[in-house]
Amino acid sequence: MARVVVDVMLKPEILDPQGQAVQRALPRLGFTGIADVRQGKRFELELEGPVDEAALARIREAAETFLANTVIEDFTVRVEQP
Amino acid sequence: MTLDTVKHATGTPEAEQPWAALGLKADEYARIREILGRRPTGAELAMYSVMWSEHCSYKSSKVHLKQFGEKAPASDAMLVGIGENAGVVDVGQGYAVTFKIESHNHPSYIEPYQGAATGIGGIVRDILAMGARPVAVMDPLRFGAPDHPDTRRVLPGIVAGIGGYGNCLGLPNIGGEVVFDSCYQGNPLVNALCVGVMKHEDIHLAQASGAGNKVILYGARTGGDGIGGVSVLASETFDATGPAKRPAVQVGDPFQEKLLIECTLEVFAEKLVLGIQDLGGAGLSCATSELASAGSGGMRVELDSVPLRDATLSPEEILMSESQERMCAIVEPEKVARFLEICEKWDVIATVIGEVTEGERLEIFWHGEQIVDVPPRSVAHDGPTYQRPFARPSWQDALQADAPTAERLKRPASGEELRATVLQLAGSPNQADKSWITSQYDRYVLGNTVLSTPEDSGMVRIDEETNLGVAVATDGNGRYAKLDPYTGAQLALAEAYRNVAATGAKPLAVSDCLNFGSPEDPDVMWQFAEATRGLADACQILGTPVTGGNVSLYNQTGDVAIHPTPVVAVLGVIDDVNRRTPIGFAEEGQLVYLLGDTADEFGGSAWAQVAHDHLGGLPPKLDLERERLLAEVLIAGSRDGMVDAAHDLSDGGLAQALAESCLRGGKGVRLVVPDGLNAFTFLFSESAGRAVVSVPRSEELRFTEMCGVRGLPATRVGVVDGDSIDLQGHFTLPLAELREAHTGVIEALLG
Repeated sequence: MARVVVDVMLKPEILDPQGQAVQRALPRLGFTGIADVRQGKRFELELEGPVDEAALARIREAAETFLANTVIEDFTVRVEQP
Repeated sequence: MTLDTVKHATGTPEAEQPWAALGLKADEYARIREILGRRPTGAELAMYSVMWSEHCSYKSSKVHLKQFGEKAPASDAMLVGIGENAGVVDVGQGYAVTFKIESHNHPSYIEPYQGAATGIGGIVRDILAMGARPVAVMDPLRFGAPDHPDTRRVLPGIVAGIGGYGNCLGLPNIGGEVVFDSCYQGNPLVNALCVGVMKHEDIHLAQASGAGNKVILYGARTGGDGIGGVSVLASETFDATGPAKRPAVQVGDPFQEKLLIECTLEVFAEKLVLGIQDLGGAGLSCATSELASAGSGGMRVELDSVPLRDATLSPEEILMSESQERMCAIVEPEKVARFLEICEKWDVIATVIGEVTEGERLEIFWHGEQIVDVPPRSVAHDGPTYQRPFARPSWQDALQADAPTAERLKRPASGEELRATVLQLAGSPNQADKSWITSQYDRYVLGNTVLSTPEDSGMVRIDEETNLGVAVATDGNGRYAKLDPYTGAQLALAEAYRNVAATGAKPLAVSDCLNFGSPEDPDVMWQFAEATRGLADACQILGTPVTGGNVSLYNQTGDVAIHPTPVVAVLGVIDDVNRRTPIGFAEEGQLVYLLGDTADEFGGSAWAQVAHDHLGGLPPKLDLERERLLAEVLIAGSRDGMVDAAHDLSDGGLAQALAESCLRGGKGVRLVVPDGLNAFTFLFSESAGRAVVSVPRSEELRFTEMCGVRGLPATRVGVVDGDSIDLQGHFTLPLAELREAHTGVIEALLG
């Protein structure tokens, strides 16, 4: 069974309050040297059939219209080799 | 790329500039060149373009808005009038209250969650900038058809955004409206209101006099949020195919805003600030030019000092950025250290970015080079003013002639038909129970909420010892305003005024959010002119001045404008919130009185919409003196314990009001149609100046005598009894069946 991973990140110019909160917490916990943090979402989709262009096109459509809010987020689609 | 400095601009007068793409007209660009005596730099062009946009400059609307000042009734309650961030009203016992309503329509269509969330954030900062502690918010919302697929995208996002931001901030959402009409399909209206409380001595006005005083930017870092959002979002219409431009949307952070509130109130309390301004639309361009204008005019800003989230931003972008949760303060040099200390305590980034200067120019520097040198008033206040042409639309007469007479629209006659119509109205999306929406908002946080949706107005206690409270209601009816914008705007005011009085509070002041189509369309401009004239005239008679508000234009898709939708908020005061009047009929045996006169008035009514999808004729007639009298009676009835429940009559008429009062209180009502009225008119007419009240038997004589002496018609129409609405001789409708029809409607459509 093939796995396709969709990574969703806020667009670079968009404020990321969660990432900022993590960034502020890191030095308090002793993790220094980290200049910036951006937090995103990762979806792992297990396909029933083969990973062909048609399947990837459907996943891109799903990502574009449902998994990501493309007004404020970017996404990438990649196939994870078993 | 070379930096476009003032020196460079002077030396290259012929350089091409993207003024048109930034939304400026040729004559506006020419005027900027005339003011400066040279071409503007890129940064100056950015500032002028956002500040001269419709959204910031009110260039099409201000010739009409003047009336709110000119016709303002004398009011002892007004402490700060129109023109500041928000008006301030005296509510007694040393307290002052500030409130304001604003729109966030276009951003909420593009990105519903963040658009609505940052709408709350913006209005809260406006209130905070007056020195008040925000205590409650409200949201009047308007959407397209409830069964349209895009409403499913827009509504849940907007509601979640309001709830998400407001709940995180810890502010109760105590009311508002939810209206569906297909005219709002591509232009949902998201209006947001905030109420704040302070002591008289704590009122703060934005100003920046005194050379050497420091300009401090504090709050969130500046990023590339909503750059050009003001001019692009507020001044252009959407294509019929959807949002054509997708500019960077602002994302809000309510926890940062909460810190900003506490930090700001603390610096106010220690008297560390001279002037303060929130950063909303047009960001730093707006804050610096307005603060400088409010003082003697001189200010010098080092843009390099602005803390950035994205180091690649250009100076133009920094000036235009609409990053949320930022404020700008003017602080005397010896108080800067303490100011910064308080900011640090609240984990708020604060930076001195400049100072007030002797001169009369706003000067901004970047990497040591001057990129802005302008008279600040020319940016902030002396923008263009348009006398837009307006004319009564050619279709207006035909629309008004299409009255919903008995011949034109079939009316229910038999008991069975009347009963079915009551159910149909109570279960229609506009009249149905809205708790699926309002229960997503925290209505009780802070512990001072006395009344909230579905009561006639939201009410909060502001003093826990004396029980002093304030009530606010918002109303608007685009259908009425479409039929007659002058009367429609007045009816919106009258309804909000009546709603406040119905809860027992005395109406004091008004804030308005005027949502219209394109001002470049003479039809729309006529609607706007009529609505503002109507509102100003009515405020004068009711004695409630407009303290501030907001205008949202270009609410249209293609050539089709929304219904003209003036949304009016009225604020009132109640000396003791324990004396408030709820809407629910809770005591069996109490007498039900209908106050006011009922006529055959169905133009723009909910019945005409629900039963026939019809809009035509004239809206209900309005008698403002009668509204005043009705309010006095409702307030006296509450204060002296003569009425136990009261509900204003508006869309859906008596039938809808009774349905809500019975379901709220859990008791039925036995009714008789009064002499001289037919059952249909009695139940569904939307005549203005009316309310229904329940009166304890022991108070009946006192109450009717008071109405008689004051000359207010009061008709006994029934008694609170049983568990059904029983109109004698016509029908019986069990409350269980009514509740079934009234609840779950919105959830079924959108949940």
